Amino acid sequence: MATAKKKLVKWEPTDIKEEMLKKYPPKVARKRAKQIMINEALENETPEITANVRTIPGIITMRGCTYAGCKGVILGPTRDIVNITHGPIGCGFYSWLTRRNQTDASGEGDENYMPYCFSTDMEDKDIIFGGEKKLAAAIQEAYDLFHPKAIAIFATCPVGLIGDDIHAVAKQMKEKFGDCNVFGFSCEGYKGVSQSAGHHIANNQIFKHVVGENDEEKPGEYRINLLGEYNIGGDGFEIDRILKLCGITNIATFSGNSTYDQFASAHKADLNCVMCHRSINYVADMLETKFGIPWIKVNFIGAESTAKSLRKIGTYFGDKSFIEKIEAVIAAEMPEIEAVVADVRTRTEGKTAMMFVGGSRAHHYQDLFSEMGMKTLSAGYEFAHRDDYEGRHVIPNLKVDADSRNIEEITVEADDTRYAPRKTEAELAALEEGGLKFKEYEGLIPDMDKGSLIIDDCNQYEAEKLVEILKPDIFCAGIKEKYSIQKLGVPMKQLHSYDSGGPYAGFKGAINFYKEIDRLTNSKVWSYMKAPWQESPELSATYVWE
Amino acid sequence: MLLRHTPNEVAERKALTINPAKTCQPVGAMYAALGVHGCLPHSHGSQGCCAYHRSMLTRHYKEPVSAGTSSFTEGASVFGGQANLVQALDNMFTVYEPEVVAVHTTCLSETIGDDLPQITDKATKDGKVPEGKHVIYANTPSYVGTHVTGFSNMVKGMVKLAESTGVKNGKVNVIPGWVEPADMEEIKRLSALVGVDITMFPDTSGVLNGPLSGKYSMFPEGGTTVKELKSTGDAIGTLALGEWCSADAARLLDTQHKVPCKVLDMPFGLKATDRFVDALRIIAGVNVPEEVSRERGQLVDMISDMHQYFYHKKVALAGDPDQVIALTEFLVSIDMCPVHIVTGTQSKKVKARLEELTADVPFKVNIAAKGDMFLLHQWIKNEPVDLIIGNTYAKYIARDEDIPLVRFGFPIIDRVGHQYFPTVGYKGGLRLLEIILGRLLDRTDRDAPEESFELVY
Repeated sequence: MATAKKKLVKWEPTDIKEEMLKKYPPKVARKRAKQIMINEALENETPEITANVRTIPGIITMRGCTYAGCKGVILGPTRDIVNITHGPIGCGFYSWLTRRNQTDASGEGDENYMPYCFSTDMEDKDIIFGGEKKLAAAIQEAYDLFHPKAIAIFATCPVGLIGDDIHAVAKQMKEKFGDCNVFGFSCEGYKGVSQSAGHHIANNQIFKHVVGENDEEKPGEYRINLLGEYNIGGDGFEIDRILKLCGITNIATFSGNSTYDQFASAHKADLNCVMCHRSINYVADMLETKFGIPWIKVNFIGAESTAKSLRKIGTYFGDKSFIEKIEAVIAAEMPEIEAVVADVRTRTEGKTAMMFVGGSRAHHYQDLFSEMGMKTLSAGYEFAHRDDYEGRHVIPNLKVDADSRNIEEITVEADDTRYAPRKTEAELAALEEGGLKFKEYEGLIPDMDKGSLIIDDCNQYEAEKLVEILKPDIFCAGIKEKYSIQKLGVPMKQLHSYDSGGPYAGFKGAINFYKEIDRLTNSKVWSYMKAPWQESPELSATYVWE
Repeated sequence: MLLRHTPNEVAERKALTINPAKTCQPVGAMYAALGVHGCLPHSHGSQGCCAYHRSMLTRHYKEPVSAGTSSFTEGASVFGGQANLVQALDNMFTVYEPEVVAVHTTCLSETIGDDLPQITDKATKDGKVPEGKHVIYANTPSYVGTHVTGFSNMVKGMVKLAESTGVKNGKVNVIPGWVEPADMEEIKRLSALVGVDITMFPDTSGVLNGPLSGKYSMFPEGGTTVKELKSTGDAIGTLALGEWCSADAARLLDTQHKVPCKVLDMPFGLKATDRFVDALRIIAGVNVPEEVSRERGQLVDMISDMHQYFYHKKVALAGDPDQVIALTEFLVSIDMCPVHIVTGTQSKKVKARLEELTADVPFKVNIAAKGDMFLLHQWIKNEPVDLIIGNTYAKYIARDEDIPLVRFGFPIIDRVGHQYFPTVGYKGGLRLLEIILGRLLDRTDRDAPEESFELVY
């Protein structure tokens, strides 16, 4: 493959972009051109990246739907809510345990409905005559069987079309039961342009129906909420371990390893830490407006990032002994990590990666790769908005299009009795002065190299082209992309559900990830693509028995 | 206890399905479409359906599964999906260059009433379907039937490509139903061994068990070709394996092209395989060669050798109708006792057939069609079994109740092998017995007190 190697040197980002667009019909190419950005280069047709726009029909996309974002991503990791999918059986079936959200329900009396799939299993008669009666009966049956704290209802595509009023049914059942909170999510798959709309719908309803329901005081000196962490492969467990070591109380994780009561008590925290900016940044804003809790952006992916995030929390609370404790935890954890990095780096230094994953993961995981001496050639989000690429300063300029307009925005005001600013204006200003940024996320673009390709809503065709041209040592995306990339002889790591691995967050998680990437990029299997007779098919010798 | 909330007491549920033993039509249509060479499945609806179906099939087969989607947003849901589908066809034929696009609907496009024949006609007239390329389609509303129905509907869609010249070509059509790529390969091997020239459709062997070679092709070598599909109208007959997966397509071929058909059970186990081989023999007028009888004899031999471990063992079974029927017959034929049988398909016919097959089982037999895995679990709590046979999701019951599990059916997303090792035919029967026996004896070994821990079985 001498020619391919020669090409590798020659390929300029503009050529790569052109090659990726070449095969599209002109209209499609024009649209995609705006979603593919060469970082910091002047050749870009638009100064900004186009994001959160419709997927082109017929282009094999990596995206899912609003229901997937709502029920699958946000409410999926919550263990003690009975989640009923109102619709035909498929949607409920496919979102049944498939995201590897782990939960620890080992406590006495703990409820755990995550291994259950509840569905109204709508049939044609329900579509014709309406499904409200069946939904009410299903809620009643769930209540009679389990007596849960809460029952949530998720609308699928046909429910919106036939006009079933799931919210009215929920309200009626909630009033009937008295001791069970029932609420619904209008998360029909066709709403919005990606899963992102579903996150929004989920978070808004949780905020409206659950957050603030429990006013009991929570113990703990340094109380935070962790927003946008879904405990895939046990990430949340590792973060909780570290927080505990530092003496930080995590009131609620939205929504990995979470319970109803944690959501209900979220307003008792003193700081909100946002992991996945995309899926939940607006909840942080709402918690601040309504209850006075400030928020900071954190990242527990990567050992350095974890340490940095812990220090941010330390700075916020400001107590000297607390800060010392955090430093002690970091100091205790780091030697093991450094030892693993030192070993792994001998095999990963200089290797290259690409990643096209959901919301913030395509950004966060670059830290882990850089800790291993690996460079990210190209990255992008599956369902981001422009602020995830360019930073929050673009939010006021974002155009609200027809698809976004369908997603409910809730307006929040300061709570009459429970609004309590955690820091005075002066204190916040002093902290800002000292370098702690509130309400800030700078996005993916500033963190990527000049000339790297940033691609929004990358699809299967473009992914293949990128892999063929740039031959990365590892490619990260989801299960749908996994095997087509691997057929090309390039290892593929799932960063949505992690294949079988994890946790990758925090300190222990970083070690797991270094080892996993070492395994993947240095596996012997990638050298077996050709059989000996394919490597050198010429017959040059005459055998003695001829 | 993972399923700690499942009570022993069985209360009737009219509205709530818990832990379904089925899923929806489109995933079946997508799987069937992959069995046509050069075919790109297309999901006409919102993105999530396509993403979910591709993910589930990918997890089950550990292979790339490509498919397009019409990517409906609210506008399309209100104004109809014609523009989306026409644009999708244009894009797909331009970018991916498939031979065939197999469109299936979703509950969304069905509810708004999109007319697939009309839209594909329009796309063809507008020049969006290149000369010599094909669009086939199936109506697969998710609120009717199950994934099995979807499979059946897409196979019916394939029959639309059939042509008849009036001259029979001497071949036999075999519709294998929703079985694994390895099973399809085994059916071809067995038919060749019997000496019958068959056209099998769909055929996912070669498509969903491809090699790793450093090359990726969206359309691998395998699959039934369009040419072969066209020729099915000239076949001397059709064998449809499985009433629920295959019979409709076979009957359509009979009605449209006068190709006589016979509907058989899926050839799982001794008796169903016997009937399949015998049918092949009769339809093609050949003698069954000694080699096939020898394979059969080996299966009978293993049944007799290992009979002591099978006799009157209680089994709980969950799966698709065609598979569950054939498996039940097989289990009964080796003197095992299926005592709880659940399929997600609503059907009196399935229930009646299962009752007939288990009439002589000397225990009370519970049968639900349709039922769910929550009910199956409750039955197991009340009447424990020695073995569970079901898909991956049955592992939660197996762990909670500490019962050995044989993974069978769809989806199997936590083990491999089903893509490569057949369970149909006599060879497949041997493999099924090997797996069942392995699970039962592993349990015996695990539980045996030291004084009776045996080396020899």
